[in-house]
Amino acid sequence: MPVARTITQVHVESGTRFPRWRPGAWLLLVPALSAIGAVSVYPVLLGLWLSFRNTTLSSPDDAFIGVSNYQQLFADGQFWNAWGHTIEFTGASTLLETIIGLGMALVLTERFLGRGIVRAAMLIPWAIPTVVTSKMFGWLFDGQHGLVNYLARLCGLIHTNINWYGSPEFALPTIVIADVWKTTPFMALLLLAGLQTIPRSLTEAASIDGANPWQQFWMVRFPLLAPSLLIAAMFRALDAFRIFDLVYVLTGGGPADSTEVLSTLTYKNLFSALQFGYGSALSTIMFLTEILIAVGFGVFLLKRFREVKL
Amino acid sequence: MSASSAVPPTRRVVRPSITISRLLIYFCSVLIVIWSVGPFLWQLSTSLQLDRNLIGDQPSLLPIPICFDHFVNIFVAKSFQRYIFNSLVVAGVSTILCLVIGAVAAYALARLDIRGKFGVLGFVLAVSMFPQIAVVAPLYVLASNLGWLDTYRVLIVVYLALGLPFVIWVLFGHFRTIPTTLDEAARLDGARPLTIFFRIIVPIALPGIVTTGLLSFIAAWNEFMFALAFTSDINRQTVPVGIANFTDLHYVPWGDIAAASVVVTFPLVALVLIFQRNIISGITGGAVKE
Repeated sequence: MPVARTITQVHVESGTRFPRWRPGAWLLLVPALSAIGAVSVYPVLLGLWLSFRNTTLSSPDDAFIGVSNYQQLFADGQFWNAWGHTIEFTGASTLLETIIGLGMALVLTERFLGRGIVRAAMLIPWAIPTVVTSKMFGWLFDGQHGLVNYLARLCGLIHTNINWYGSPEFALPTIVIADVWKTTPFMALLLLAGLQTIPRSLTEAASIDGANPWQQFWMVRFPLLAPSLLIAAMFRALDAFRIFDLVYVLTGGGPADSTEVLSTLTYKNLFSALQFGYGSALSTIMFLTEILIAVGFGVFLLKRFREVKL
Repeated sequence: MSASSAVPPTRRVVRPSITISRLLIYFCSVLIVIWSVGPFLWQLSTSLQLDRNLIGDQPSLLPIPICFDHFVNIFVAKSFQRYIFNSLVVAGVSTILCLVIGAVAAYALARLDIRGKFGVLGFVLAVSMFPQIAVVAPLYVLASNLGWLDTYRVLIVVYLALGLPFVIWVLFGHFRTIPTTLDEAARLDGARPLTIFFRIIVPIALPGIVTTGLLSFIAAWNEFMFALAFTSDINRQTVPVGIANFTDLHYVPWGDIAAASVVVTFPLVALVLIFQRNIISGITGGAVKE
């Protein structure tokens, strides 16, 4: 003990910020890294392995079949159907949430009485469980007794009730609306954080130089906000791409597969059809797509940063 | 707010247009509040209305006459308290474990000399972006081999691992803001790293740790897919699975669903409103100022 203490003291006195005790420090990471390894990393590898097998939980089939699952998948109309809906949903919800969120954030950058209350209220949609959100919008958009139909009739927007999520043409838009409701305020708070890092003196200077608010936004704030905006949109897109709860609870993928997305299709293949091999091929494709989205945004961001630096 | 380039923007010129923009801002913020709170208030009102009023021709916005049948129904007929108990166990235990394990890891990364710490942080961030559907099948196989299906254990372990990346990142940020001179002083007095962690870092960072815990509790409380896949017995199913299963083929009990929604959402809304300042700085990395 005395020796150890002396060594520590020597390091502290010689200006070293930390005791040279690396194995000990790494030990503190072991519980966290082993939990993440066991529940995230190992299963992803196991899933990759399963995707090359014909494992079915309802039969004794469990053999290596090479890339057959992937061949079957690319020829599968249901896969492309779900793929299309997932892309539509991801694009529409990310775009709407970014634009409306930016609008909300711009309102909240102004100082006004009760701003704290508005900001607190915006956390409510984010805190509500997604399953509850699904049921809530199921009731709001109910085809017979929903409040939305009633209010739209009252305003004269429609003459007869719309069967929102019960009809193939309106079901996916209803899901987009529910997701936009739940996530936009959160997006706004993230963008607000980005906006507040832009010094007020810059917009004030622009205003003194005669820039109108529109010009102040597009020529001063927007270019400076662009990186945060892109990063927020990327995280949103990654999250939207794996949408499950909302679709599974509100429509279950129906009516007539019009809202089937990749996550719900994968889940059904896994836990209804018990096709663990084929389902794993589906989830592997989803995983690869997520990586592509992240890399795409990453490259775009890097390019932008380089341009700014030059 | 049209300060044209010809007119110098003196206070006298700008004031009337500022009033208009004020009005616009108040109008927009009222819209934002209606957006955020409206659907939940409608759910609250629905939970207090009679079934025959809910399916009438003209919905009434306020619950008149008020009735508590739906609340009685979910607890007496549908044993909703069982789901709540399960959720409390799973979310509570996984949050506590997540905080202890995550805080220790974040401390090591933020304050100790670890080679490749940014590699570890990058890895943790990458893992948090994995689509969960990619791990649910392999984990199901593992859990079934271990005989862990329909147990609290499996959900606790999964939520622990899913929550860790967030906890590590947020607490890493918090711990970095604490002056290192405190550690050095303690080290001069002969304290070991873990003593410094528990006696100095944890007490100072406690508000941040509590908020982080609240956020990971909410995430575990709300999680649906793993709970759906790994439990099939009401004795282990959590609240989201319970609410999702409220529907049957012939009749949707909207009143009961609304009552259950209110019961599980009300505590969250209350917590969020109490801790809103800390939560906002937690989710935005401390960047939102007053």
